Amino acid sequence: MIIAFIQRAVMLGIPLLFGSTGEIITEKSGHLNLGTAGVMYVGGICGVIGSFLYETNTAAFNPALAVIIPLLSSILGSAVCGLIYSFLTVTLRANQNVTGLALTTFGVGFGNFFGGSLIKLSGNTEIPSIALSATSKVFKTTLPFASKLGVIGDIFFSYSALAYVAIIIAFIASWYFKRTRSGLHLRSIGENPATADAAGINVTAYKYGATVIGSVIAGLGGLYYVMDYANGVWSNDGFGDRGWLAIALVIFAVWRPNLSIIGSIVFGGLLIIHNYIPNTTFSGMELIKMTPYAVTILVLIFVSMRRKRENQPPASLGLSYFREDR
Amino acid sequence: MAVPAIELRNITKTFGDIVANKDVCLTVNRGEILSILGENGSGKTTLMNMISGIYFPDHGQIFIDGKEVVIRSPKDAYDYKIGMIHQHFKLVDVFSVAENIVLGTEDEKGYNLKKSVGQIKAICDKYGFELDPEKKIYQMSVSEKQTVEIVKVLYKGADILILDEPTAVLTPQETEKLFNVLREMKKDGKSIIIITHKLHEVLSLSDKVAVLRKGEYIGTVNTAETNEAQLTEMMVGKKVSLDIDRSDPVNCEDRLVVEDLECMNREGIKVLSNISFTAKSGEILGIAGIAGSGQKELLEAIAGLQKVNSGRIIYNNPKTGQADNLRDKTPMQIRDLGVRLSFVPEDRLGMGLVGNMDIVDNMMLRSYRRGKTLFLERKKPRELALRIIKDLEVVTPSASTQVRRLSGGNVQKVLVGREIASSPTVLMAAYPVRGLDINSSYLIYNLLNEQKEKGVAVIFVGEDLDVLLELCDRIMVISSGRISGITDARTVTKEEIGILMTKNTKEGETDG
Repeated sequence: MIIAFIQRAVMLGIPLLFGSTGEIITEKSGHLNLGTAGVMYVGGICGVIGSFLYETNTAAFNPALAVIIPLLSSILGSAVCGLIYSFLTVTLRANQNVTGLALTTFGVGFGNFFGGSLIKLSGNTEIPSIALSATSKVFKTTLPFASKLGVIGDIFFSYSALAYVAIIIAFIASWYFKRTRSGLHLRSIGENPATADAAGINVTAYKYGATVIGSVIAGLGGLYYVMDYANGVWSNDGFGDRGWLAIALVIFAVWRPNLSIIGSIVFGGLLIIHNYIPNTTFSGMELIKMTPYAVTILVLIFVSMRRKRENQPPASLGLSYFREDR
Repeated sequence: MAVPAIELRNITKTFGDIVANKDVCLTVNRGEILSILGENGSGKTTLMNMISGIYFPDHGQIFIDGKEVVIRSPKDAYDYKIGMIHQHFKLVDVFSVAENIVLGTEDEKGYNLKKSVGQIKAICDKYGFELDPEKKIYQMSVSEKQTVEIVKVLYKGADILILDEPTAVLTPQETEKLFNVLREMKKDGKSIIIITHKLHEVLSLSDKVAVLRKGEYIGTVNTAETNEAQLTEMMVGKKVSLDIDRSDPVNCEDRLVVEDLECMNREGIKVLSNISFTAKSGEILGIAGIAGSGQKELLEAIAGLQKVNSGRIIYNNPKTGQADNLRDKTPMQIRDLGVRLSFVPEDRLGMGLVGNMDIVDNMMLRSYRRGKTLFLERKKPRELALRIIKDLEVVTPSASTQVRRLSGGNVQKVLVGREIASSPTVLMAAYPVRGLDINSSYLIYNLLNEQKEKGVAVIFVGEDLDVLLELCDRIMVISSGRISGITDARTVTKEEIGILMTKNTKEGETDG
């Protein structure tokens, strides 16, 4: 049972990991994208649209295309979201919180609208959801030797490719921030864009880049959720408030993608632990589901109290930068 | 004769109607230190910003090693080996020294912080800096941060260094250390341009001095052939008569007595010390000094906005005859006593007015507490707003126009008008005519004079010495947070004030 718990926790944690890695990259450029929750919806539904059109219109089902098409549609969808967000906040210098919240509302609506349309198209009126079982099966392909390794295989090697992609991306992001010149430039923009500008760094390009790449990574979290965790079943509002949890995870991980790997699994575990505690009442269950948020608040209090400068959010997070401002 | 390292010919820059630099010509040779001397607003920093690529000149030419160049961005400036050390450091606090220094540089061999640390250490050894490349900026003192800035431009290969008021934040010992480093660099063949308004520094450090006054280039002299008196005269110019009506003070009473005031800023650096003076009713007390000498802190201390370390601020209440120490009062209580601060900061809207609110609402910021009902009383503030618009000739479409849409001068009129309307007993005005045209300035002068005749103790912080001399009754000069002299405005000369303004009071500190 413990093994099953860990597996579920990881699977639930992976979308959060995608979301928080993407959000960290964006936040390092000084942009607080509260639209992440919406972007993840868009990433998910775009993947679903791509795969739905492919599954229903193709005669010969090609597993490779079944992966590539949803993947590209998902990336395209979330990249567009990232572009909209950066155009509004970087170029037009709109308020980041308002823009982000609008994007979330938009993304959820977008997902539900197209989700509803697809459900109608599929003619499945009894259960309001679409099942893309063939595509999901391809996405869920796991390493063949995993089952032969016993417990270790179950815990470490039993997941699908996208799960490992999430972890690899998180490690790459951490390495990028710490060990590359470009990462140093990105961090300097989030800390003090005027200084970065004076040093000859293209602030606007970095901000756009970080926001779009961050959105794409977050969107993959939506795709993973539908194709993998939910077995290819899209139902409206099914993704829930996981996008917000991903943003909370950013704080929990103190803006470090590698910490966010552990954090995501902890959050995933906290979300489902109520299923593994016998005799929980309904209200008790809801209380336990709250713990990730409570833990985030505790981390926030702890980090703020210790006042260690390295653990603080990027100094110019949420502020627009305009060179001629003084 | 050798080709100069950098030469400016007839550089002119205007911002709107204001001429920041007019036909400025400079030359600096290799291995030479040039000081640029001038009062605030004389265009020193603007000029340097044009060399370092932040502004672009309207016309004029820049030559480097005899070749004409165009500098469009800070990056261009680096390519021509020009490095500027800004007055406000451009550093990322959470980064280490090394990270800050390599920021923005490109190295074909990839990112190797360890190698950079080695290069930084080599630069430090060469010029005698003490710097730990691994240390984080937020752990550093101001002078260490400045060292980082200097090493940064050297790391980027600068041959021409521009320092914008580098000594403003340093102690005398740190200043001496910096000067030794600069002399070392000079021997190494670097060209150095240093902006300052401290005469003794100019004389001890530089080879040549270029003087700017109100944007105009006055001339360049060799340091060895000049003296303080000549430089002061070049800097402040001959006295200009302004014909401001000045009545003799009548019924003077000691309204505000400041004794031994001492204040520190947030970084824990002493910004005011041993400040003792009296502001009398029916008199305008002028405060002169280089910007940042403590004028702002002094006014804020009186208004209760700045923490006071020691000393007393005694207010003699004309209504009750009581003497109150303002140190024990909240800003609200001080205001209610009739001590009014009309502070016009550089961005005008920063203190006192809310840009997004209209004129009427800004009037209400001072009166909303007087309402007795649940709802706001708009009628009286509206009347006041209309009266100010009429009396002070504020150019605005209506009283319900957002303040930030008004031009700077009109914003100032609204601010000063509101403070005067509350019939204060002490009126403090800091730079109330900054950015105003001649007519509006006279309007403000007349307003201040009117207040003085009504028996208000007016404290006027100004930057134009001609105005101070003609408007005020007494002029107090502060330099580096200390009073360097209190003079009678009717008899003192402009040169005397100029010398007091640049008097090095910090050295007295080390002696004592």
